[in-house]
This record gives sequence, structure tokens and C-alpha cells, in this order.
Amino acid sequence: MSERTAATTDPDATDGADDSTETPTEITSGSTSVVRALENAGVETAFGVQGGAIMPIYDALYHSDIRHVTMAHEQGAAHAADAYGVVRGDPGVCLATSGPGATNLVTGIADANMDSDAVLALTGQVPSDMVGSDAFQETDTTGVTAPITKHNYFASSPDTVGDTVGEAFALAAEGRPGPTLVDLPKDVSLNETDREPGPAQAPETCRARTDPADSQVEAAARAIERAEKPLLLFGGGVVKADATEVARQFATEHRIPVVTTMPGIGAMPEDHELCLSWAGMHGTGYANMAITHTDCLIAVGTRFDDRLTGGIDTFAPEAEIVHIDIDPAEISKNVHADYPVVGDAGRAIERVDAELGESPDAREWVEQCLTWKEEYPMDYAAPDNEPLKPQFVVEALDEATPDETIVTSGVGQHQMWAAQYWTFTEPRRWVSSHGLGTMGYGLPAAIGARVAADDDETVVCVDGDASFLMTIQELSVAVRENLDITVAILNNEYIGMVRQWQDAFFEGRRMAAGYDWCPQFDKLAEAFGARGWTVDSYEEVPGAIEEALAYDGPSVIDFHVDPAENVYPMVSSGGANGKFALSEDQL
Amino acid sequence: MSDNRTGLQGPAPDERPHPDGRRNAQGIRIDPEAESEHEPRRTVFSAIVEDEPGVLSRVAGLAARRQFNIESLTVGPTTVEGHSRITMVVEEPEPGIDQIEKQLAKLKPVISVGELDDDAVRAELVLLKVRGEDPDKVHAITEMYDGRTLDAGPETITVQLSGDERKIDDAVDAFRRFGIIEIARTGQTALAHGSKKTVPGEEPGTSGEPTKPNTNTQ
Repeated sequence: MSERTAATTDPDATDGADDSTETPTEITSGSTSVVRALENAGVETAFGVQGGAIMPIYDALYHSDIRHVTMAHEQGAAHAADAYGVVRGDPGVCLATSGPGATNLVTGIADANMDSDAVLALTGQVPSDMVGSDAFQETDTTGVTAPITKHNYFASSPDTVGDTVGEAFALAAEGRPGPTLVDLPKDVSLNETDREPGPAQAPETCRARTDPADSQVEAAARAIERAEKPLLLFGGGVVKADATEVARQFATEHRIPVVTTMPGIGAMPEDHELCLSWAGMHGTGYANMAITHTDCLIAVGTRFDDRLTGGIDTFAPEAEIVHIDIDPAEISKNVHADYPVVGDAGRAIERVDAELGESPDAREWVEQCLTWKEEYPMDYAAPDNEPLKPQFVVEALDEATPDETIVTSGVGQHQMWAAQYWTFTEPRRWVSSHGLGTMGYGLPAAIGARVAADDDETVVCVDGDASFLMTIQELSVAVRENLDITVAILNNEYIGMVRQWQDAFFEGRRMAAGYDWCPQFDKLAEAFGARGWTVDSYEEVPGAIEEALAYDGPSVIDFHVDPAENVYPMVSSGGANGKFALSEDQL
Repeated sequence: MSDNRTGLQGPAPDERPHPDGRRNAQGIRIDPEAESEHEPRRTVFSAIVEDEPGVLSRVAGLAARRQFNIESLTVGPTTVEGHSRITMVVEEPEPGIDQIEKQLAKLKPVISVGELDDDAVRAELVLLKVRGEDPDKVHAITEMYDGRTLDAGPETITVQLSGDERKIDDAVDAFRRFGIIEIARTGQTALAHGSKKTVPGEEPGTSGEPTKPNTNTQ
């Protein structure tokens, strides 16, 4: 329990987060009503940074059992809340003051929006009568965040602000999850009210349809029955809908091979015979072969991102597409859906399963997929005369940690290697920035994941040198809260994915890509109060990992890896998945 | 560490089988029936929205960031307290039109949204300020288009015309001979033909229970 109890800012609360609703906040003002609404919604933890306009909310939190984790930067608060939500399955909550506090949240909110992660952001605002006057630390926060939230609210009265916060919390989780924001003018927070907030409900105009229409289910089932090369594509929606069990059962019962998207990693155990891992730009060769040759792609909870599809003209070119999604706007947005099924992922799969007369006869196809697995194995060369390979580090970490370890990452080459060479077997264990591609996500996400996870779970952050440097200040939070996190930096002294693209597409002009000016991360970690190691050779890898994992607190291992190593396979941008390159000369 | 690691193996891209199939830019598999690309189509959406601050900016912002081509946008109160009607004319190829409707429906303040049929009743209003040198002729043209003179002076005459888009276009052409100094057009507003409901949310004599037709469509 140490890291949980150490976190609370309330000197009176000694039992941490587990008894958050024992003494509900007494409602005397807008801000106490806000905190009460959070308590009513079951919020146990919030991440944030103090500041002028949000002070009344923090003052109300002083008396609440909600645990507050002070972050070093508001971006970190948004990422931590995002990751907390991914691991827990409930919306994460973050707080920031007006102006720069709110704008610093923006990257994290945009990240949550792109990955459909449920996050509630509460921002302070200047008093109502000063709005529009360019007051100190005033920003049009609802204006700035409108394009990157499901909806945002400008609180207008202390009597209703609790209802608004409850609604925003519920809306974040409703249907397709996403971020919501409530902007809280200081007078609304400070002014008196004794009104109890009503139950937290998503607005009537935003209720999602969960049970699909009979006609859609029937049409989808007929298409699957007649398929000869059926392929399941599990997206992040399978994980978010907690549909993993139903989805896995459907795949194994009908013997249909599975590929996932990156956010869908863990929806199917990657060591399962039928699992072809993830498809797309740096996905496995066998996943991309299967997607290229399937005649019936059953896609669940995915938005057909361009990094998955490559060029639309050559995406699953032979396939009829069954698209199950809870958001009707995703149907036929990027790829035409021949058989749309709008509804909750788990419910829709159950309904299609019940409607299916017989399993498709796909024995030959399954054999073909297994053959591709042998034909295009994931592997990397590691000759004696070359430096430590990053993929080896990922494998060694996977080997040294329990099966259900939570892995967060930044964005870039290290993220791809982590996703390629870590074998994930459960959902909500791979926590990364997919749609927005936010470098710096890894460390604050590890903090959020650590706070969300049970004490006996392991949390590892696989980071890059450039990504780590972007949010490195959050290490101070991990130290202050004594969070048991192991950060593994795959340090190649480059913003590596850019360097790889410069070599492949810009004739090797490595403009602004070199990062050999990075600090000594082991010493920096020690300066923060964490433990640090530097690893240069294969021999040092197991020992450093063992020591770092054994240390009960934040630890940083700076792995100096081969700066020349590239991420392959690779589908060139806009190219055909089936033409993935195995090396640069095949691009 | 030179063990049995060999690196990525397997046939090169041009040694692999590749299917013949193709999709068009809309992600539709190309077959004889769907071979052609869709031409842009002009259509009218009507939406009932909660009358709250910023609702127009949310609709306009959505259109801008998703590159929907809006021809005109009008907004006004309805018979239901707190509900406004937005009428939006757009020109887009087919899948884009479908996206506009679905994305609008996702906005929290949007209670209902629908595309109007071709037989919908449409009208817009225009104010035209023309040179006042030939008041009799200006008056005659105004009469011809069932318009009204709002303001007349020695220098300028301002007239008001209303009707469907075609009529307004013709009238504007007719006034060009006098020299149009300024013009202000409201953009189209529209309702469904006859007793057909435009979109749910404004039933006469009812409070207009919010419904969201999009959630039961594909």
C-alpha cells in the first residue's frame, strides 16, 4: 500500500483510495459540489497541478478522501489520467488551472480523443464577469478544446455545476469513450450552494445504441457463413467494451484467425495459435499477408486508421467488410462497410454468434495463415560486432517480468519494438499513444498506470531517449510518491524514427535528428532520487533488469542500443500492406 | 551475441502473391456497379439543437475541421422553448454527405438531424441595394419578383426578395443592369413538404421529446 498512502495530500486520510466514499464532502459551495459529484461518480484518484483559478476546487479536495496526485506539468496530469482510465476501465480525472494550465492539458486531451480514452478534465477559469476581458491567465478553454473533446462545458452556476461535472464524467464513458472537460469560473466555484448534485447521467442526446439491429446482425452472419478466408480484426474497441472474453471465444469456437490493431493489442493472446499479432505499418508480415488476402474482414471496434490500412485502394482488396462499432460515424468513414453492425462490441459479437448457422469452412485458410507465420517470422539480427539490439532488451524485459505486466511507451522506434517483441496476453496491459503519436506519453502514463494497478502488478515504461526527455520532470512525481516503476530507455541517441525516415526517404540528411546531447540518464535519475543504471552490452542486460525490477521505487535503465537499428517490417506510407518491406532496400 | 538470430526472413515484396482487387477513394471495392467516383451533390440538412451558447460555433467548427463544404448556414428559434433549428446547405460527394449527418448527430447539443428530400419547401431572403437613377424600372423588376422596396432615396434603392434559390439567382441577375452596390443573402432555410416531419424535436403542441434518429441507422 505504500505508494497509495504516500500520495494523499490530506493529512487526515490515512487509508488511501479504498474508502473514498466513506465521508462524502459537505456541500457549501460550487467547488464542494464539484468534489461531491466526483465522489458520487466513484472517483478515487485525480491527477493535477494547482493554480490560481482552480484553487477553490483544490480547497474542496483538501477535505475529500479522493487521492490527488500532484504532477510536475499539466500534460503529465492528462496522460496519467488517460493511462489510469485505460488500466482501470473508468474515466481518469485531471485538473488544471486556467490559461497555461488548461493549454498544457491540450496535448493530453487530444491524445485521449484520438485513442477514445475516457478522461474528465476540470479546468479553472477567471471569474465569470472577467471572461472576455483578456484577464490574467484567461484562455478560451472551451473554444480551444472543442475540437478535441466529445463535449465540453462552461459552468454557469454553483447550483448546477455538480450536475454538469457528473454529466461530463458519465459522457466520457458513454458509448465510444473520449475526453470531456468542464471549465469552472472561479466565482462559480466559490459561490455558495447547498444543492446536492443529481445522479451522474450522460446527456439524452448522446446515448449510444448498444444492441444492434436484427437486420444488421443477420446480414453480417450470412456474410461470415459463406466466407472462405474470414479474418477477425480486433481494435481498441474490443478492449474498451470489455469484450475480450466474448471476442476470443468467437475466434476459437469458429476457428477464425485474428489480427489486432495496436490499441487492440491484448484482445487476443499473442501466443495463441490463431493470433497473428497486429497489422499495419510496422505490424507482422503474417498479419499484413492475412489482411491482404482475406475475403471477409470482420472488424470490431476500429476506425481504420491510415497506419493500419496503408493505401485505401489496396486495403483488404478482396474482402467484404463486416464492421462492428458503437459509433455510427465510423461506419464507412475511411473504408466502406459492406455489412455494418452498430452496437456494443461484446453484445454485437454475441448476437452475430447466435445468428451464425455454421462456422465458415476455413481450414485451408487457417493453414495458410499458419504458413505465413513460419514464412515471415519476427526476428532481428544480432551479430557480435554490432552494439546491443533494442529488440533484445524488450525480449529480456518481457522474460524477466510476470505475464500481466503493464507496459507503457513513448512514441517512435522504441514503441514499435516494444509492441513487436513483447508478447501481450491480456487487455489493458499495453498502454500507449496510438492516434496522436505523443512523444513523452510513456512516463506520465506509467505513473497513471501504477496508481491504477494493484500493488502486486508490475509496471514498465519502455521509452526512447527523445521521448523520455519530453516529460522527464514527472520522474520527480514518481519519486515523491515512491511509485514502483521501471523505465527502460532504448537510447540510440537519435529521434530514431525520424532518423530512419531520413535515411530511407531524405537521402540520409539527418537534420535535427541527433540526440547525442542527451544527459546521462542514470545520473539524472539519481539526482531526482530514483535509481539509475547504464547498460552498454548484452552481458549487463539481465543483471540491470533484475536489480531495477527488484528496487521498490522508480528506476531508470539507460540502455545504449545500436543507433543504426531500424524498425521492420514496414509498409511505406500509403502503400499496400501486402508489400511490406523487410529491409530498407525493399522500400 | 551472435546466436541463431538471422533477422527478418521471407519472400520479398515482388515475390509475394498480390490480389487483383482494388478500392476507390471512398474505400468501396471497385466492381462494375460502383466503378465511378461520386459527384458532389448539393443537399439540405435540418437540425434541431439545444439553444445553448456556442452551439453554432460547434456546428461550424465541425464542418471546418472535417472539410465539409458548407454553402449556407441559418439558425433561428422554434416553437419549443430552448430548441433552435439549424438549416445547412452543403455540397459534397455521397459518402461525405453521410459523414456530415453522422458527425452532426454526435454533437451533444444536436437533438435531431436529417437530410431533406428533394421536394422540401425551401426559401431564402435577399436584400439588394442598387443605384437609384432609374426608380421606375427598379420598381417594375421588384414587382416582377414579388419583392418589396424597403428604402428608396436619390442615390440608392434597397429591395427585399424572397423565394427559392433559383428565383433569387434570377432576380439578382435581373438587377445587375442597375448596378448592385451591396447584397445580403440569408442562405436557404427549409421544411419538409406537406405533413411530413422535417426532423423530430418540434411537434406542434408538444414539448418535443429529444430523439436521435442516427443511433438506429448504420
